[in-house]
Amino acid sequence: MKKDKKILFLQGNEVCVEAALYAGLDFYAGYPITPSTEIAELLALRLPQKGGKFIQMEDEIASMCAIIGASLTGHKSMTATSGPGFSLKQEAIGYAIMAEVPCVVVNVQRGGPSTGLPTKVSQGDVMQARWGTHGDHSIIALTASNHQDLFSITVEAFNLAETYRTPVILLFDEIVGHMRERLVMPEPGEIPLLERLRTSVKEGTDYHPYLPREDGRLPMSDFGGVHRYNVTGLVHNMWGFPSDQPNIAHGLIHHLYDKIENNVNAINRMKEYYLDDAECVLISYGSSARSALQEVENRRAHGDRLGLLELQTLWPFPVKAVRERCEKAKNILVVEMNMGQILQEVKKAVHDPDKVFLVNRIDGTFISPEDIRNVYRIIQSKGV
Amino acid sequence: MSVSLKNYVRERFLPHIWCPGCGHGIVMNNMIRAIAELGLNKNDLVMVTGIGCSARISGYMDFHTLHTIHGRALAFATGVKLSRPELTLIVPMGDGDALAIGGNHFIHAARRNIDITAIIMNNSIYGMTGGQYSPLSGYGKKATTAPFGNIDESFDIAALAKAAGASFVARTTTYHVAALKKILKEAITHKGFSVVEVMSQCPTYFGRKNKIGGAVDMLNFYKDNTVPIGSPKKAENPGLIETGVFVNENRPEYCAEYDKTVQKAQKAR
Repeated sequence: MKKDKKILFLQGNEVCVEAALYAGLDFYAGYPITPSTEIAELLALRLPQKGGKFIQMEDEIASMCAIIGASLTGHKSMTATSGPGFSLKQEAIGYAIMAEVPCVVVNVQRGGPSTGLPTKVSQGDVMQARWGTHGDHSIIALTASNHQDLFSITVEAFNLAETYRTPVILLFDEIVGHMRERLVMPEPGEIPLLERLRTSVKEGTDYHPYLPREDGRLPMSDFGGVHRYNVTGLVHNMWGFPSDQPNIAHGLIHHLYDKIENNVNAINRMKEYYLDDAECVLISYGSSARSALQEVENRRAHGDRLGLLELQTLWPFPVKAVRERCEKAKNILVVEMNMGQILQEVKKAVHDPDKVFLVNRIDGTFISPEDIRNVYRIIQSKGV
Repeated sequence: MSVSLKNYVRERFLPHIWCPGCGHGIVMNNMIRAIAELGLNKNDLVMVTGIGCSARISGYMDFHTLHTIHGRALAFATGVKLSRPELTLIVPMGDGDALAIGGNHFIHAARRNIDITAIIMNNSIYGMTGGQYSPLSGYGKKATTAPFGNIDESFDIAALAKAAGASFVARTTTYHVAALKKILKEAITHKGFSVVEVMSQCPTYFGRKNKIGGAVDMLNFYKDNTVPIGSPKKAENPGLIETGVFVNENRPEYCAEYDKTVQKAQKAR
């Protein structure tokens, strides 16, 4: 008989910690900020117990820099923050993109801009996750609406960071982060873990840290190992040494962009509910998707054909998958807690942007099924 | 350069970008000599730098080298060191890099007494961006952003490092090359956060803007305006700059303290 699985009742932030440890996290640097602080507090307890490293740095960007340093020595590294802290980390996130250093950055979103609504929910950092740091680049950003998914998506974040040698943003929100619900703890090995691809080049033979293989991947060598090489945020050649040659710059920017944008399907995670016959497709993510699913089921009970496409990969945006799922829909409602950041992406993706409508809240309160129903009725010309 | 010293540089990436007469090459030369005389294994050495003229030093060194973003070298170095405490960390920085944009990381690395050697190549100016005043330019000095004279007072790096908790603090200049090498050896060997301020001439901007003359004149300025710590000449002429080792103490080091935390955590289970 299969032994019973461990069932826990946890906050989302605590689930994030359990999942990160499951994925092999052994270095965390952070700075206290609401509503993500529980992640740091729990890791301050848990990491030393397994011999891992926890450090509370002097500020947000220092935390980001420290995890990059630790990743280069071969450790799975993470930081967590919220709102203003995410802004402060951006320059170093850009460095991790440019230097291709795997790491995971959690942003438990709160209301902004600026100090905004520190204890209230928001999904206002979607575009900042995409374009927060300067320059042309691509990025991976994932999210989840419930604790079971939050666990697997967090593990996925570590896997994708190693696969694509890039920072991965976990874009949670205050509701998911602070909500308590059940987690069925996955057994060891139940979710596959992808380890770092390390070079097979032997000591004494030239190792080119930034020379992509045929498949675009770059095997790494740990700092402190037998290969000594240069890492820089400047445009660099295959040695990791600064270069301002146009062909080198062109090739590097394309590589950074293409390694992610050419793998949209492989990176895409989404969940589909009642889409087969849906006349109205709701598109949502994070905690908003919980209300969206509730309203889909409420309307289904009244015979209305609604469906939900729940996005888990926000970046790179799954343009083709969204277009396909929306092909037969008469209307599309994007449900999110911002002024329409994913709405614009959906409008760009679908054939007829005029049939896409926004259901949002920007007041720090949770979007409700009623909010969705009101907009749904308006576009059906039924009145609220 | 002798064969043994060449062993520490990446000849492929030379010549360096520094201007003729720049003091940074003297610092690099003596740092290599210090490392060679200490017999350190290149695979155990990590050099982390930020942005600026000084920061380019990492590219030329045949160690594990991490050329990062402006002001944050010590934060990156903290991640490297804490994750692999057996590695030797050397962090050369400019005065603006270390004490303006990086000032917070500097005082906190000192406070933690983490085993990193910070070398501040103090040329009193932002060289790479073309001669703007730094927190070490000094009152009354000219810079491209201080055409009427600078009204900012300078930090005293040694006093700041000491107050912040660094357990090894020294100052020297590019004129005093024998002392420079000796101090760097002590700093690298020291277990804890070591700060070495090396006054390093920038004839291109600081020297020219302030009409001090060329590189030789600036080196002579260092010779004529410095005294060993405790010299009676300082009392007679307070404008003289003291050089030597200000602090050399054995105090609990951060990574060692972290190991104790791990032991506590594992015992408590």
